[in-house]
Amino acid sequence: MLFGFEWDLSSPLAFALSILPILLTGLLVTLQATVVGFALALVLGLVWAVLKAAPSRIISWPVSVVIEFIRDTPLLVQLFFLYYVLPEYGIVLPAFMTGALALGIQYSAYTAEVYRAGLQAIGADQREAARALNLSSARTFTHIIVPQAIPRIVPAMGNYLVSIMKDVPVLSVVTVLEMLNVAKIVGDRTFDYLIPLSLVGALYLITTLVASAGVRLVDTWLPKEGIPLK
Amino acid sequence: MTDPIIKFDKVVKRFGDLTVLNKLDFEVQRGEKVSIIGPSGSGKSTVLRILMTLEGIDGGVVTVDGEPLWHEKAPDGTLKPASETHLRKMRTQLGMVFQQFNLFPHMTVLRNITEAPVKVLGLSKKEARQRAEELLELVGLADQAQKYPGQLSGGQKQRVGIARALAMRPNILLFDEPTSALDPELVGEVLNVIRKLADEHDLTMLLVTHEMRFAKEISDRVCFFDRGRIREEGTPEELFTDPNEDRTREFLAAVLDEAPGTTG
Repeated sequence: MLFGFEWDLSSPLAFALSILPILLTGLLVTLQATVVGFALALVLGLVWAVLKAAPSRIISWPVSVVIEFIRDTPLLVQLFFLYYVLPEYGIVLPAFMTGALALGIQYSAYTAEVYRAGLQAIGADQREAARALNLSSARTFTHIIVPQAIPRIVPAMGNYLVSIMKDVPVLSVVTVLEMLNVAKIVGDRTFDYLIPLSLVGALYLITTLVASAGVRLVDTWLPKEGIPLK
Repeated sequence: MTDPIIKFDKVVKRFGDLTVLNKLDFEVQRGEKVSIIGPSGSGKSTVLRILMTLEGIDGGVVTVDGEPLWHEKAPDGTLKPASETHLRKMRTQLGMVFQQFNLFPHMTVLRNITEAPVKVLGLSKKEARQRAEELLELVGLADQAQKYPGQLSGGQKQRVGIARALAMRPNILLFDEPTSALDPELVGEVLNVIRKLADEHDLTMLLVTHEMRFAKEISDRVCFFDRGRIREEGTPEELFTDPNEDRTREFLAAVLDEAPGTTG
């Protein structure tokens, strides 16, 4: 029994059906970690991108180093660091928050690059035209740069959303009860790993397909008429 | 003669080690149509970009309509570098037509023209639309208002660029090689629009161009730029038919040779 659900070992199908609610509980945690991690990555990545584009090297240079450091060290190392080192300095976060934070930080290094590339694709010619027309910097950013950058940014961000989802099982090592961890516990108790792990694979496939379709839907819905995207 | 509307006083502009403008002295009278010709790298476009406040200056003073462009008068009478507020105020006098058009691709032709009048000049959408429609009529694109720039030919894009600049009602219109990015058969339609504008007495026009015959036809004065200075200037007749300087003669021979039949 796990989370109040009994399993039924009478047949493979009965077993699969009986542990499905347990795995779905884990899937919910996986999705929560994905959403929180992705949201953090989107916000933090934008902060990095803006700071890295700062005219002063005193700001842009250290930020570049931080981004490079995050990108070039494994997620698992960052996760262990947050989970085992921070408490030594009195910062104790729940396992779930630590995991989501690690995902968000790791992926912020990638989303920063997406923002940078997206904003840079809008050439100096657009800023100059806006300046010649006396549009304010704020107006230029919100109505000239951003609307042209968003359709370039969204597809790449969608890919990272799916990647984050697939990295969530890493959080199992710090005791987060996401889907893979739950399946492993079921396997440990029933000595049947085949069915729980197969179900995890199937549920992942369905979830990522749905997420990808969602990203494509958002992409087609975005206003991008007239914007040359190649 | 009244005060010049544009005055460059020993203006210096450097890009790194390269001196693009070397103590340039240059004046344009109100309503004058001036063409600037010269080899690439001679600083022709830089003059326009400085006026449009896209490039700062490294020395000297630029005056537009009696007021320093890149400087402000401090309380003690000395000149200090201009603030963004000052530049914004000065920019209202100027408009620019870019070589690569620089239209906003995500906005319709109409929106390209109305965006700044609404947001900067504070016109109502209706007024801005009316103004835009008049200008589109002027440039011969009245039926293209709802299209996106990507759906237009180069010549049409540049005519939209001209309409967009005019919508801000500038006193001075700057043309930075307006036909250089166009297929040869599309040059004429853009020149026709510029020709129409040249008939307006109030509008001061500064045109950087390689279209020698056109420069000769519409200009009150032609300036030959070489190495960051005006090497020679005069009426089109003087400059094109009987230049004083060997360097001018060389340049004209080279460019006119490239395009036979353009000697007019």
